[in-house]
Amino acid sequence: MKSPVLQVRNLEVEYATAKGAAKAVDRVSFDLGVGEFLAIVGESGCGKSTLLFAIARLLSSPAEIVAGSVIFDGVDLMALDDEALRQIRARDISVVMQSAMNALNPTVSIREQLADTCKAHTDWDDAKILERSIEVLKMVSIDPVHLDSYAFQLSGGMRQRTMIAMALLLNPKLVIMDEPTSALDVVAQRSLMSQVQQLRKELGFSVIFVTHDMNVVSHFSDRLAVMYAGQIVEIGETREVFDRPKHPYTFGLMEAFPALIGESRELLGIPGNPPALVNKKPGCQFAPRCTLVQEICRQEEPPLVEEGHHGSRCFFSTDALKQGAR
Amino acid sequence: MSNSEMNKPILTVDKVTKVFKVGNFRSQASLHASDDITFNINESEIVALVGESGSGKSTIARILAGIYKPTQGSITFEGKAFGEIDKRTLRGRMPLVFQDPFSSINPVYRVGHGILRTLKLHRSDLSKEERVAAAVELLEKVGLTPGDEMLKRYPHELSGGQRQRLGFAQALASNPSLILADEPVSMLDVSIRIGLLNLMRDLRSKEKVSILYITHDLASARYVADRMIVLYAGKIVEEGPSEDVVATPRHPYTKLLMSTAPDPRLPYVELDNTGDLGEPPKVINPEPGCRFAPRCPLVMDKCRTTDPHLQEVSIKHNVSCFAVSQ
Repeated sequence: MKSPVLQVRNLEVEYATAKGAAKAVDRVSFDLGVGEFLAIVGESGCGKSTLLFAIARLLSSPAEIVAGSVIFDGVDLMALDDEALRQIRARDISVVMQSAMNALNPTVSIREQLADTCKAHTDWDDAKILERSIEVLKMVSIDPVHLDSYAFQLSGGMRQRTMIAMALLLNPKLVIMDEPTSALDVVAQRSLMSQVQQLRKELGFSVIFVTHDMNVVSHFSDRLAVMYAGQIVEIGETREVFDRPKHPYTFGLMEAFPALIGESRELLGIPGNPPALVNKKPGCQFAPRCTLVQEICRQEEPPLVEEGHHGSRCFFSTDALKQGAR
Repeated sequence: MSNSEMNKPILTVDKVTKVFKVGNFRSQASLHASDDITFNINESEIVALVGESGSGKSTIARILAGIYKPTQGSITFEGKAFGEIDKRTLRGRMPLVFQDPFSSINPVYRVGHGILRTLKLHRSDLSKEERVAAAVELLEKVGLTPGDEMLKRYPHELSGGQRQRLGFAQALASNPSLILADEPVSMLDVSIRIGLLNLMRDLRSKEKVSILYITHDLASARYVADRMIVLYAGKIVEEGPSEDVVATPRHPYTKLLMSTAPDPRLPYVELDNTGDLGEPPKVINPEPGCRFAPRCPLVMDKCRTTDPHLQEVSIKHNVSCFAVSQ
């Protein structure tokens, strides 16, 4: 792998609830290389957004990072104070939020919103700010006439691309995206993904992309991490994970969406619901929904075992999976 | 198109057009939200209306729900003209399932409230005990088990998928012949969607209910629907049996939708236009000519001046395109 820009080690995040601490992120570790595109997929409530927010240190009470470290470019983000974090955010790490409809300020023009970011983090003069604003809008194929538009005058796809333009203003090394495509139509979704891909190749930033729809990233991400109940249950190269899934949950996710080509057959998805994150049961968290569950799964937690660069938290092999599922 | 060999249509939509006046009181601009729409739905049949945002699919749902009055055209439901059916009967025989399960259920009432009320209004022959028994049965029909316990829960205790099942239970309570389902799965996680899609298939085959399934997702439309109707900018561009349309899409817009749908099982197709694939136009004071012409790769001079009409290309498979039907 290329040299890592981000190293996450045994990260744990808890939410304080009336019933006790809910462990939303549970011992998550991974590396992200320079220019690499990592996708994180999982169902609602699996802790994927919490993980992103923890990496960017954007969590606030009742969520708390209880253990682990996040090393970005040699600096431990967990040790930084607010001012040092402010310096890093937008300049080195930028975040594209889930719903661009709400993330853009409806009362202020696009020009002013782009300028705000520049003014907060640089000492550029107005001419330089305008020049850069036009540049980033062109990068995402938005005509600079929209500098004077307001959010409501743009379509959903254009708003989301404006958010990406804003994230790229200061040439960050890492762009974190939280479900940027889930509010978009398929055509807009596809053009956004192609655009992110192209920009990443041109500008060389790394991407962490969170989504609940693993299809969206199938042709775009370098690596794929599947989260379940706060843990990474499978991680590997995207194509490898799709072609040879190792964890029954990944297998179930792939069996959960209908295809456009080939024979149309009945799909079953994954029965049951994700477990509560408070007072987690011992053993494999997926055991109650798993079709291949054995006695050992309910007692011991399977470790994340890596073969090559493909890791999985399951006691059983892929062959057993395929036989069990068919 | 003849339907003599099919069973009787329960809903016939004939040349329905909805025009909205837009702009200030002096402007005469008119927005053609749906234009010259003709289709029918037969007994126990699922028909999918497929299109992007702004294609006019929700306008059609709202016309059918009696929220908008069509500007032109006529609708016949269960053998009666639309205007002659009283509103409560119409609501009961053709209920709606909404897109957002989080805002469409009143959080202060128990799960049973909506169903019991619907039963009281639409099934006045039942006694109070019979209504509770019927509600339990309905909940179990949509997979909310055990029904008697579910009846007493509050909406916040249900997951998104369960809430949407509740939406279907409420719709079923009034003994409908047709359910209007406007993007019923788009707010749900991919892994939950398949359960709802299977529920819709079950309702068709076991309860003999027809469903108008409105979606932007071609793959799910193929999975549940017998027939699909593809809309673009307020007009029908292609319609036919689902398998036919997906196996041999004829209209360039259907082909665009197919090529942008993310599917890890398909090879990645690099699109010619990697950046902006364009967006459907707002149809204000339309000139004659195909509305897809500005985005169409096959565009000819004729397309910009003359309206194309639906023409049969194979059995019951109609396409509105000069380049294809020639």
